[in-house]
Amino acid sequence: MSRREPGGTPARVQPAPDTGAEPVGPGGGDGGLRRALAALWRDPPAVAGTVVLLLLVVVGVAGSWLAPAGVNDVDVDRMLQPPSGEHPFGTDELGRDVLSRVLVAARVSLQVGLVSVGIALAVGVTVGLLAGYYRGWADAVLMRAMDVLFAFPVLLLAVAIVAVLGPGLLTAMVAIGVVYTPIFARVTRAGVLSVREQVFVRAAISIGASDLRIMRRHVLPNIAAPLIVQTSLSLAFAILSEAALSFLGLGVQPPAPAWGRMLYDGRGFVTDAWWLGFFPGAAIFLTVLAFNLVGDALRDVLDPRQLTVSEARRSTS
Amino acid sequence: MARFVLRRLLQSAVVLLGVTLVVFLLLQLVPGDPVRVALGTRFDQETYDALRERSGLDRPLLAQYLSYVGHALTGDLGVSFRSGQPVTTIVLERLPATLSLAVTAVLLALLVAVPLGIVSAVRSGSLVDHAARVFSQFGVSVPDFWMGIMAILLFAGVLGWLPPSGYVALTEDPARWASHVILPAAAVGLVTASILTRFIRSSVLEVLAEDYVRTAEAKGLRGRVVVLRHVLRNALIPVVTVVAVQVASLIGGVIVIEVLFAWPGIGRLTYDAVQARDYPVLQGAVLFVASLFLLVNLLVDILYARLDPRITLR
Repeated sequence: MSRREPGGTPARVQPAPDTGAEPVGPGGGDGGLRRALAALWRDPPAVAGTVVLLLLVVVGVAGSWLAPAGVNDVDVDRMLQPPSGEHPFGTDELGRDVLSRVLVAARVSLQVGLVSVGIALAVGVTVGLLAGYYRGWADAVLMRAMDVLFAFPVLLLAVAIVAVLGPGLLTAMVAIGVVYTPIFARVTRAGVLSVREQVFVRAAISIGASDLRIMRRHVLPNIAAPLIVQTSLSLAFAILSEAALSFLGLGVQPPAPAWGRMLYDGRGFVTDAWWLGFFPGAAIFLTVLAFNLVGDALRDVLDPRQLTVSEARRSTS
Repeated sequence: MARFVLRRLLQSAVVLLGVTLVVFLLLQLVPGDPVRVALGTRFDQETYDALRERSGLDRPLLAQYLSYVGHALTGDLGVSFRSGQPVTTIVLERLPATLSLAVTAVLLALLVAVPLGIVSAVRSGSLVDHAARVFSQFGVSVPDFWMGIMAILLFAGVLGWLPPSGYVALTEDPARWASHVILPAAAVGLVTASILTRFIRSSVLEVLAEDYVRTAEAKGLRGRVVVLRHVLRNALIPVVTVVAVQVASLIGGVIVIEVLFAWPGIGRLTYDAVQARDYPVLQGAVLFVASLFLLVNLLVDILYARLDPRITLR
């Protein structure tokens, strides 16, 4: 796959080192990566997305210290209080501080997003590498298996998996990981198919490099760009899926706070207490938006020919 | 063309077989005895034995699977652990509600996306184009159920114009159906609209760069005529296929919205089956939706190949 750099000049396909041993980085080596980061820095939406994500990481790590109150401090005398100086996001039906719960729940969203996409990335890339590198039967069997997973609407399959394994944080992560695996397998396989025909891979084969070494040192670095983009966009989808699962009561179990669950619990009060519906939803929206903005910008810089976020979502929904 | 159709048919059949395997294995993944789990603590031995017998769980796994596929092929998806009704009947009963919601959502989405996508492509770089980009970024990032909650808050709570939830069949009372469908359809449609807007924009942009468009302009046709007669006709072909796939994916994919709005469709059925641990219904709903999704994708591919002969050459 040929890549274009931000300036619009076609990026050179990685030259084949004679030794066949030099690793090459995404976007055309270290210089490409630096240029990519510089280009990101010039894109205001991407900068905004990055800032939100950094804030989110801080909140995810230090949420319980930042929270002004305990997440399960029930106070029936202060039920359903509108936002005020004391409770900036108001209180819920049990008198708990909504701001504290929103802050602490960030960790759950990030955790589920990172772990589930990690699972999808690890399994999907392995499958895609094996299928694309070995072709033949491995390709046919593995990719048909991915087609099968692709035939289910994402959320429906996730719900079904969680339903049989039992609701909870771990099963939600596994379920979301499973449903996003095929997209990584497809992206990886497509990349491998084009890279494996390059001269430097043939050179590596001819000097007797092992398959594992070729995949690790020559193929993977050259398909890193689309994978980085896909990871960023998938994090957005995974967080949306986690929110949907916890809205259905299939994610993190109460009393632990999760944004989706807070929306579900608050839905009965929403006409009287708008803050119960607004703040957790806004948190999901901002998080997903931030990942999408960064993902879109990364795609423009690293891999302009890849799917846009909406096309990717269409193909995974 | 015939070879292409045959190949796609075969591929779909293989995938469908895999789908039945996944759906079948779901029940095997249930920790413990699924019938016991489903019945909970209050059950009599007779019901238990009858269900166990009916579900064939004591037979070897392969025999169970073959029998499951065999029955599924004849439209028999088993019986509900809860009501004892055939799963196929239960799923088909819920289809009209889901279908009416999915179609309305996609129609609303088209109403927004077609003009917005076309204008943002034709006036690429203009204010409308930027607005369309912001809109579609918003649409793909916002959880539809959050939009639903906010819509309930505004239109049912503050303004009191529409009912907050519930369902009336279209055949029963079209006006009341419309008042109930509008909020969930708009919540789902927003996401679909943003996907379609981007798709239509890029499709139109692609056609605008074609030689025959330049020819049409060169022979002095007015811009509007060029867009309507030459560009749209070609640009909207792929859009038709995306719309079909969207409707198909919405049929199984609107679980959360159906739960939020108490809309008795297939999504809601899935949710209720999960809550009640009614595994045959869960399996049936999932299998039905996945098969439908596969079928629509197959038809769309074939239709598309007919419309664009280059496809079969790939």
